[in-house]
Parts: sequence; structure tokens; C-alpha cells
Amino acid sequence: MTARPTSPTPTAAPRSPRPAAAPVFGLVLAGGLSSRMQRDKATLEYRGKSQLERAVELAAKHLPEVFVSVRAGQAADPSRARYPLIVDSVPGEGPIVGIRSALAARPEAAWLVLACDLPFLSDAALSQLLAERDPAASATAFRSAHDSLPEPLCAIWEPKSAAELAAYQAADGRCPRKFLMRHGAKILEPRDRRALDNINTPDEYREALRSLVGEASAAMQLKIQYYALMREQAGRSDETLETTASTPADLYSELKARYGFTLSREQLKVAVNSEFASWSQQLAAGDSVVFIPPVAGG
Amino acid sequence: MSFRFAEHAIDTVAARAELLDPGAGGFVTFEGWVRDFNEGREVTALEYEAFQSLAVKEGARILAEATARFPVRHALCIHRVGRLALTDMAVWVGVSATHRGEAFDACRFIIDAVKHRVPIWKKEHYRNGDSGWVNCEACAAAPAHSHEAAHAHGHEPNAA
Repeated sequence: MTARPTSPTPTAAPRSPRPAAAPVFGLVLAGGLSSRMQRDKATLEYRGKSQLERAVELAAKHLPEVFVSVRAGQAADPSRARYPLIVDSVPGEGPIVGIRSALAARPEAAWLVLACDLPFLSDAALSQLLAERDPAASATAFRSAHDSLPEPLCAIWEPKSAAELAAYQAADGRCPRKFLMRHGAKILEPRDRRALDNINTPDEYREALRSLVGEASAAMQLKIQYYALMREQAGRSDETLETTASTPADLYSELKARYGFTLSREQLKVAVNSEFASWSQQLAAGDSVVFIPPVAGG
Repeated sequence: MSFRFAEHAIDTVAARAELLDPGAGGFVTFEGWVRDFNEGREVTALEYEAFQSLAVKEGARILAEATARFPVRHALCIHRVGRLALTDMAVWVGVSATHRGEAFDACRFIIDAVKHRVPIWKKEHYRNGDSGWVNCEACAAAPAHSHEAAHAHGHEPNAA
């Protein structure tokens, strides 16, 4: 059993709903065999980031510490070695081994366990899970939108589940889902229903990729008006533009490159829908944007 | 209280009439005129351009701030857009108040804030045939300047 790097154990989880609840750490499972995918699921990329990277980053936004669960032979694997690891320390196969190893490594902690094949996993889903956690149950899990069964690999496993899982495994139990159905797990209805869609086959991966890429690059139409020096440099006073820029800052970079505007962004202000706006405001389809060069009234 | 644009010469007689008030004992105006030189160059004409839908909002905010800071009766600002010749009036500010002191203070506050904050741009046409957007062309060579800094060296008004 290894939990590294060792860091001080927090005395209380800052986001736990009750003062007496165990702190929650994150555990991203990356020890699977990925047999149906025929390649390592942890390294599948979406929008330039591996599945494992995305899951760890998402969990780290909500939890004080996040570890990656690996089998003994995987600890040196470069895609995994960069993270604090929890190497399987109990015998057997499957995700229960990873969960039990984490519970053994930090007996005082609860673990938010995440599979690394959930490309649609969202902040909203993790927030709901943490907010509606029941520390008195063995685990808190979502009900799957597909088969109505509890989803063990996007769930919080409480310290008390360690002994129950050991007994379950000793009786030849292997399936964490069945475990949750038999033991006192709190089951939540997911508000973000798609968050738990997992991908197991190359076809599902291609489908998820298409869907995520489609969202990321969803182009929208914006109306741009140009004034003064910028009107002259753009050679037009307005245009309707199809763009993937999501903020005024991105939009200005795009247009500066296109028209060679000589003013730097620091010299400008920006207005969205005829009101001053921030450079990082999220733009919506149909918004009207005006860049405001240094003014000179009077 | 209102801020508006004029496409043609500002009618100061009508503007003044809007500020008449039996309770006002003082009335102060400021007129900005087109001058024949700026920053060492001979100016022959000016062109004003405004982002009017935002400018009228920002102008109204300035007038509201002025009346909140100084106890004035009425305030009005009219700004020209389009091409102006030397001696033409570019901007008119009028304030009526119970006493003259507030009227002077509010008038000064309004014209200063309008120059700083309202999205209006001025293109100067020079004797030698050149032209340039005030505060924009020189700044373009100094991209490290902040917006405020860009304003700070643009305060020498050629219409004031």
C-alpha cells in the first residue's frame, strides 16, 4: 500500500455537510484492463486532455486531495506516475480492490471514487454528490439514468464500508453495484443525467468525442460594430460574424489577427449589448459587441 | 437632465430655454469650439463619431452623478457628431442652480467626465492633408499603456 506523496491529514473536510463527517478525498480509478476498448481508457483524449487528467482536475476542484488508483504493475506508467497514487494493496480484481485499498490507506477518510471513463462528468454532478452525501450510510451514489441501478464508480464511499467490503469480497462478492444494492447506500437522482454516461468501446468513444467537440466549438453568430480608427482598419462599420470565441477577449484576438488592429486590448474597453462589459464575460449567440478605442469627446 | 447628440449646429437658445427655472438664481454654460491647432499641428477640420446607444446612457449617468454631487436644478449636455469646421461648436453644457457656485462646479464636472468616459471619437484633419484619430494613433505605438493612461495624455482638448 502506498499513498504518496504523504501530506498532512486534514482534521475536517471543508465541504462536508456535517461537522462529524469524515473528510472526503478523491480517488480516480485507472487500474482497469480496458479490455473492451482495446486500449488504455485512462489515456483516451478529449479536447487535448486525457480522460485521467480530466477526472483528476475535476475532482481536485471539489476535494482537498485526489489520488489515482492503480494496479501494482502500473505505478511507473508515465501517464499515472505524475499523480499521487494508491496502489492496490488487497488481493483480488476489479474496482472493489481499488476502493478497499484507498479505504485502508486512509482509514479516517471517505473517498469520492470516480471511474476514468466518464467523459461527461460535470462539476454539477460532483457538487450534488457532495452536498447530498449521507456520512451515516455506507456510501452515497447516483441512480443510473439507464438501468436505475446505483452507480458505484461515481460515489462517495464512507470509512464504515471498508469492513463491509472486506466481508463482501471474502464471500466471493465482486460487483460494487450489487454491494451498494445490498448495503445501506444513499441513492441520489442525478440532476445532470448525462454525467454518468460511460464509454467502453471504440464506438462509444468516437460518439462521445463527437459530442464534446461539437459543444466546444459550437460556433455562434455575433454582431460587431466598429468605430473610429477600428472602423477604418476593419474597412467596415459592422458585420455579423460566425465565431467560436466565447469571450470579448477571445473575440478581440481573433479580429485583431484578421484586421491587423493596431490598438492593443489594454487600450480598449468593450461593450456588449450597448453596456460596458468585462473582457471575460461569456458571450451568447446574437450578442452585439463593440470595442471602444480611447475616447476623445469635447 | 439629458445628454444627447446633434447632427447639425447646436441650438443654444432652445437648449438654454430647457434649463429655465423660477428657483434657479444662476446659469452656467460651457461651449467647446473647434480650434486651429492641436499638439503642434495645424488643424483645419474635425470629425466626431459616437457609439450613440452607449454614449447617451453614459452621458445620462454623468449628469445624474453631477446632480447628486452638486445641488443643481437642471443640467443638459449636447454633443455634435459629423464634420465640423474651425470655430464650430462641438459640445454645449448648461447647468442651472439656486446659486452660481454649484452651477460652475457641476458644469466643470460634467465636461471633464464627458471627455473621459463617453464613447465619442474625434478625427483631426491637418493643414498638410493628413488626418488622425485623437488619442488612438499615438497610443498605438505604446501598447503598454492602460486605457486610463491613454486618456491621461489625451486631455489636451482641441475643442476647449
